[in-house]
Amino acid sequence: MTDQTRDTWRKPPFIANPVLRYAVILGIAAYVVITAATLPLDWDRASQGLTRAARIFSGAFPPSFERSSLLIDGFLESLKIAILATFGGVILSIPIAFMAARNIAPRPIYYLGRGIIIVARSFHPVIVAIIFVKAVGFGPFAGVLTLIVYSIGFVAKMLAERIEEIDFGQVEAMRAAGAPFLSTLVYAVFPQILPRQIGLSIYQLDSNLRASAVVGIVGAGGIGATLANAFGRYDYDFALAITIVIVGVILLSEAVSGQIRKRMK
Amino acid sequence: MTEQIFDHWARFTPAQRVMRYSVFLLCIVVIYWALTSIEVIWEWVWGSPQQIADLFGRMMPPDPSNLGKILVVLWETVNIATIATAVAVVISLPVAYMAAQNTTPNVATLWLGRFILVSSRSINTIIWALLFVAIFGPGVIAGVVAIMFRSIGFVGKLLGEAIEEIDNRPVEALEATGASRFKVIVYAIVPQVMPTFWAVSILRWDINLRESTVLGLVGAGGIGIILQGAIDTFNWPEVATILLVIIALVILGEVVSAWLRKRIL
Amino acid sequence: MLKITSLVKRYGSGDPVLKNLDLEIAEETVVSIIGSSGAGKSTLLRCINRLVEPTSGSIVLNGTELTTLNRAGLRGARRKIGMVFQGFNLVDRLTVMENVQSGRLGVLPTWRAVMRKYPKEDIRRAYELMERVGIARYANKRADELSGGERQRVGVVRALMQEPEILLADEPTASLDPKTSEQIMQLLRDLAREFSLPVLINIHNTTEAKEYTDRIVGMRYGRIIFDAAPEALDREAMDRIYSGTPAAERGEYTPDPSFAVAAS
Repeated sequence: MTDQTRDTWRKPPFIANPVLRYAVILGIAAYVVITAATLPLDWDRASQGLTRAARIFSGAFPPSFERSSLLIDGFLESLKIAILATFGGVILSIPIAFMAARNIAPRPIYYLGRGIIIVARSFHPVIVAIIFVKAVGFGPFAGVLTLIVYSIGFVAKMLAERIEEIDFGQVEAMRAAGAPFLSTLVYAVFPQILPRQIGLSIYQLDSNLRASAVVGIVGAGGIGATLANAFGRYDYDFALAITIVIVGVILLSEAVSGQIRKRMK
Repeated sequence: MTEQIFDHWARFTPAQRVMRYSVFLLCIVVIYWALTSIEVIWEWVWGSPQQIADLFGRMMPPDPSNLGKILVVLWETVNIATIATAVAVVISLPVAYMAAQNTTPNVATLWLGRFILVSSRSINTIIWALLFVAIFGPGVIAGVVAIMFRSIGFVGKLLGEAIEEIDNRPVEALEATGASRFKVIVYAIVPQVMPTFWAVSILRWDINLRESTVLGLVGAGGIGIILQGAIDTFNWPEVATILLVIIALVILGEVVSAWLRKRIL
Repeated sequence: MLKITSLVKRYGSGDPVLKNLDLEIAEETVVSIIGSSGAGKSTLLRCINRLVEPTSGSIVLNGTELTTLNRAGLRGARRKIGMVFQGFNLVDRLTVMENVQSGRLGVLPTWRAVMRKYPKEDIRRAYELMERVGIARYANKRADELSGGERQRVGVVRALMQEPEILLADEPTASLDPKTSEQIMQLLRDLAREFSLPVLINIHNTTEAKEYTDRIVGMRYGRIIFDAAPEALDREAMDRIYSGTPAAERGEYTPDPSFAVAAS
């Protein structure tokens, strides 16, 4: 008898509670409608965009490598910014990472260390760059400072996590042998975090190179500045040439850093 | 010979040591090259701590008088990130399908998919924004489209890798029932990549929140416009308020995405 | 009726895995294929529904030549061939009902498949079959929450949902414990009787092959070297099926063991 009713089946819903389910669906629908209505989207302008896009792209082809010396200078500057920022960032991130490691630092210092990392991570490098450009003037120095902050946000965070995972048996063994604090650090902690730190540095050099192409747009030097200038002067063919080279360099540096990190393992 | 005395110990073989020293030396040379050839005015560098301290001094105390307006624009920023992420993940589905070796229909689509992913990923959001501001004019549309273009590559790449790693046995089983390609995708491939799909979407949303805070600096909408305005008018106390609001947004974003990850996965 | 004539399968340019193989399966018989690993059992089964493309030869199922079908024709033919796998091959993250209904994918309209709006008669049939094999209460559970034996039952029901004209089972019990394994074999035999299905089972366990099947086919290195009723499978026949190496089969065998290793 019961078999007769067994000819319907519904997939069990993701949210079992029907009230909650419909509330979530309604909420999402309301959000979509409201944002679509309130976002200041200017459709007229968007439709004109097509003709403008056609003009830009026809102006961009073929890409012009005529001013390649400008391009190379911009890139070398980006590379220098990335190298110096990686060096500075990695050095600075070591003490900050120790401050932000729960198992080593006293409470107040731990919170200070974490605070520095959170602030460094919260801001997009472009915002940091604008502030530094205002503080120390246009040019690559603002770029270096920006990317140092950017590097700290990533390297110090990862390193602090690594320090929190270290094997404390070795530290205790050193302490038991009567070693002073600094020797403990050098012999028991550093060897455990060094391979990670080198890997992180190479990774960070790669991401700094990427980011240095961007911070230049707001005046912090490097290839980004060259690109923003080309855009500002409607030199779309030069801008395309720069973009192509940026993509090429990024792919190359990604491949190289990936290879190095693979070989190190 | 049997009387050999073991009074010497070294951690590395001589060849390894030569290798290590030359890598170390190379790093020093590269840093020296960067330091000496970078175009900075060193007087400015030495004066920079003073300058930076000055700037932060001028930011104190933060001025909350414009907070209402800032929060409205902040909401707009969140909407840009959310809508752009939502559209991008939908578009990235077919791209990931094309770029995964085990699902792509033929070699041409494989390379098309890879080309889309690489060009999307290698060009930073800000550079995309420069382009779309030139096309659509300043405003939210340029921002949404820029974030979308950058996100497609990110989501598509991770999703494509997830597709390549799926268990192929259910696929084989459903092909053996005579199901069409589309139905095999819906029943055997989609369920397997769903967890990755959600995880990557949430992760990208979190990243896009940060990215959307800087769009305004190149005229592509969001809180960056107010930030740029405040900086241009030297209204440093308001800049401080905006920066604090951005930190709050980023932290809130991380909390929300952590919660979503726990709920959905 | 399934009729295979001079079937050859060669991967790349190597030695063929199936060498001019002939096999005929009448209605309603349960046939087991035994043989050591690498004998070509799995390849033979997969050639029938062309999960593996045969190199040459002919396979005729109830009057349809399978080897020459185009893609659409092949999909149509596969709908009539049910298959059960060693690793169950279920979609872990879908419910048991969805897994079972995926057996109908070949005939289900796309929108119904996507929306999970299965026809009433399919759902009724699914519940009947699941009731029959004892998994009806798991209909709403995810497939990965089930035990191995239960998962294989889902696999069997999925194949039966196709209303197949033949059932292929590729080592259906190899991932199961002995007791569950016997239950599945018994189930396959009983279902073959109930639905008047020819069933072709690859199996390693010769005891189970003898007990649950009507006919045993012994394969060695791409050839059928034994084909008889289970009672005829004696010690001597077993030795013939399970002895030797591929090298010996190719006539490359020399008494020097180091040569034999090099040749294989």
